[in-house]
Amino acid sequence: MLTAAASATQIRHYQRLWLYGLCALIFTFLIVPCVLIVPMSFSASNYLEFPPRAWSLRWYREFFDSAEWMDALWLSLRVAGLTTLIATPIGTAAAYGLSQMPERLTKPLRMSFLLPMIVPNILVAIGVFFVFARLGLNNTVTGLVLVGIMLALPFVLVTVSSGLQSFDGNLERAARSLGATRLQAFLTVTVPQIKSSIAAGALFAFVAAFDEVVIALYISSGENSTLPRRMFANIRDQVDPLVAAVSSVLVVASIVLLLIVQIAKRPEKGAAR
Amino acid sequence: MTGMIAAASSGTADASYFARAERREAWSFALLALPGLVVIGLLLIVPVGWLFVLSFIGKDGGVSLENYARLAQPVYVITFVTTFQIAGIVTLGSILLGYPVAYLLSQLSPRAAAICMIFVILPFWTSVLVRTYAWLVLLQRRGLINSWLVSLGIINEPIPLVNNFIGTTIGMLHVLLPFMILPLYSSMKTIDGDYLKAASSCGASPMRAFWDVFFPLSRPGLFAGTVLVFILSLGFYLTPALLGGGRVSMWSMQIATNVSTYSNWGAASALGVLLLVVTIAILAALNKVFRVDKLYGGR
Amino acid sequence: MKVPVSIRGLSKKFGSFEALKDINLDIAPGEFVTLLGPSGSGKTTLLQVLAGFVTPTSGSILVAGEELLTRPPHQREIGLVFQNYALFPHMNVFENIAYPLKLRRLPRSEIETRVRGALDMVRLSQFIDRPVDKLSGGQKQRVALARAIVFEPRILLMDESLSALDKKLREQMQIELRHLHERLHTTTVFVTHDQREALTMSDRIAVINNGALIQFDTPRAIYDRPRTRFVADFVGETTFLPVELGTSGGASVFGTPLRLPDHAGAVAAAQSDSWLALRPEKLALSPAASPETNVNSFSAVARETIFQGDSLLVIAGFPDGQSIAVRLVPQEANRGLVPLPGQPIHINVHRNDSILVSGDV
Ligand SMILES: Nc1ncnc2c1ncn2[C@@H]1O[C@H](COP(=O)(O)OP(=O)(O)OP(=O)(O)O)[C@@H](O)[C@H]1O
Ligand SMILES: [Mg+2]
Repeated sequence: MLTAAASATQIRHYQRLWLYGLCALIFTFLIVPCVLIVPMSFSASNYLEFPPRAWSLRWYREFFDSAEWMDALWLSLRVAGLTTLIATPIGTAAAYGLSQMPERLTKPLRMSFLLPMIVPNILVAIGVFFVFARLGLNNTVTGLVLVGIMLALPFVLVTVSSGLQSFDGNLERAARSLGATRLQAFLTVTVPQIKSSIAAGALFAFVAAFDEVVIALYISSGENSTLPRRMFANIRDQVDPLVAAVSSVLVVASIVLLLIVQIAKRPEKGAAR
Repeated sequence: MTGMIAAASSGTADASYFARAERREAWSFALLALPGLVVIGLLLIVPVGWLFVLSFIGKDGGVSLENYARLAQPVYVITFVTTFQIAGIVTLGSILLGYPVAYLLSQLSPRAAAICMIFVILPFWTSVLVRTYAWLVLLQRRGLINSWLVSLGIINEPIPLVNNFIGTTIGMLHVLLPFMILPLYSSMKTIDGDYLKAASSCGASPMRAFWDVFFPLSRPGLFAGTVLVFILSLGFYLTPALLGGGRVSMWSMQIATNVSTYSNWGAASALGVLLLVVTIAILAALNKVFRVDKLYGGR
Repeated sequence: MKVPVSIRGLSKKFGSFEALKDINLDIAPGEFVTLLGPSGSGKTTLLQVLAGFVTPTSGSILVAGEELLTRPPHQREIGLVFQNYALFPHMNVFENIAYPLKLRRLPRSEIETRVRGALDMVRLSQFIDRPVDKLSGGQKQRVALARAIVFEPRILLMDESLSALDKKLREQMQIELRHLHERLHTTTVFVTHDQREALTMSDRIAVINNGALIQFDTPRAIYDRPRTRFVADFVGETTFLPVELGTSGGASVFGTPLRLPDHAGAVAAAQSDSWLALRPEKLALSPAASPETNVNSFSAVARETIFQGDSLLVIAGFPDGQSIAVRLVPQEANRGLVPLPGQPIHINVHRNDSILVSGDV
């Protein structure tokens, strides 16, 4: 009786075939748009077609030869880089501070740090545009970086907080009893223990700032257009394979980033045990 | 002798000294969070607060509710209905597609799950703009989907899949699906397989065991995913703006149009404030049921 | 280094909960003191106050006459061994032990010698390059200890440091710790809730319950002359019999007048709530009441006999129904003394082993 019941739970693979089939379809749905762009970007024609009738690197050449696109790429990299450099320490400090405070005080603070994820982007966009107009910050790198920091903070806070959650506070206490100041203990003991969380937070910060487009639509234009801003305009006005080439570059970049993250994650698991 | 001097120099501690020391420490931790709070205050609270004020200022410059009164006009009502329709369909769709995927991932071996997870994480990492663009290409008149449908004989000639309601919904579903799968998966992963075995040993069929045991235990994740997808859909701008072709009017697009086309800040602000109020009301109502600040923990 | 530590009127409240209640404790230079108490009694809290990680509500701690509580943790020169070792996982054995020395900016060569010296002391020299996650529990314990003593702290604190080890290893470490203490003579505060460990290791034991210091004495005194029912019960298996105080100052148990111990100072303070505390190994059996004048003899009925290998436990019942255990050495000479169930017997205890305790916790 019992054995019969037990074997009934071991749902056999063929009984699950429908589930495998369904999930395969959903995975296709998820992944195809991310990768299909790549072959299309090698098209020689002026129109987007799949499969392309003739192959060429024409659109990549156009992208890399265009001063406008290169300026946009460079601007986006600069903004994302600066954002990462500033948001990571700010977010890490906040996560650490919150981790040391009693929970009843931190709940409202944590909620405020999540606001940038909750408040609709378009609302932030016009609000920031309005305020920046008064401060002369529209179309400046400073403005873009400020917005980037704000958007990146929740990501840094969440990832670093989860790292701190599994960190043993006694390690820091041990360091302090051995003669380390709070700062020394944090830098020599805590940071090495949570460095992969901090790195993940920094990566999120970079991506969040680099990909931002809705707010950039308002506060970045003309010569000071970010890459996504320029792509948006291009997609809306003309659908040609140039954006496919740019997108392919970005897709490949995210695959590389993803691989880096996966590889960086592994050793930490081993060390934690 | 030296001991006495040292005692004198370091001072003796009384109760108020300890209370002060404790308070000083608590504040120094709060201080660590301050720079971040300042950034959010200046770049989020101040701008949104400004819009809040603007929304109560009428055309004549005086305080009035005319911006809100105008939201009852049919054009806005249609927008609200469309927005909730799309948000509802996208949320429902992401549950229907996300639940089986999360279930499969939770049942696979860690190795296989890690590989399948790539299918969820890669889209998640890829820029929304790029993905939306990809859908634009796939769904266009002479795009891949249409040509397949025609060659399979399902349709006789290409049908409009983009620049309309369908395209917007498909694009948003694709962008938001990972937000459903990730919290679902992380809550399903914690469900002990022994519960299901226990249920079967009590005589439940696998189907029965699933509905009686697994599903209730996966509810927190389902809940988190649903809320996340729904509130993100309500305020979504990018995908409807590109895939709607101007024919689908969502809430956030009305806000943008009021600013860029009509320079009507009052109306845009009122729309924005209302959107924020609706979003926060949904979150606040659900915050009673579960911790909203845990929402993003799934990442 | 030998310093005296003097804890005066130390209290700690967590909200309205009093974790430490007016603790007064004077520790002599170089003394090994154990804090003994049940779970939740405040031992860790007291240790954390000493180390500087918990701010007390009021009180003072003088180390060599100087106030400790106004110093930040990193300037207290206190070695702290955590229950879960708290070794830094990203450093190997050498780096862990060298950490406090590096903070003190000692020259490389000196660090090297000192680390080797500390490792020798805990007999781990061959593990100097090991990553700490490749060590056994006992080895981790030793590394944590080496790290805590390598910078020659003024005070050494250990929080249930041995409780994670298995029984054999634990007893071995107890002896090693003792030896180490005899070599270094660092003033040491050791925390445990294991009474046997406390009795084995300490110069003096501070028994703590509900945040209050109950008794501070040598292991012998704590065991032989516990002041309260709680202490007697906590440090050893004890049966308590109610003591009736006569108007003339005499005391009796079950109507039998009690012959009082020499150190009867305690009885002078005996309040209405007094108990006679009896330990199984201090009791003897006889078929009839003992005629000796130095012995208290109570009549009881044998109930059962339990064989425990190194001892024989006779369980007997008093007329009021309370049961008592008597420990006999299972040697041939005692064979005739083992009663059958139901047999009336007398339980004898020397008056100096008749401990009177107050009923306070
Ligand atoms: N930060 C805190 N906030 C509130 N209460 C606390 C805090 N730290 C300790 N306590 C309480 O103080 C009491 C004493 O705790 P403590 O950790 O000192 O006990 P202990 O004697 O070390 O026990 P154990 O043997 O279990 O380690 C406990 O009741 C505990 O719940
Ligand atoms: Mg403790």
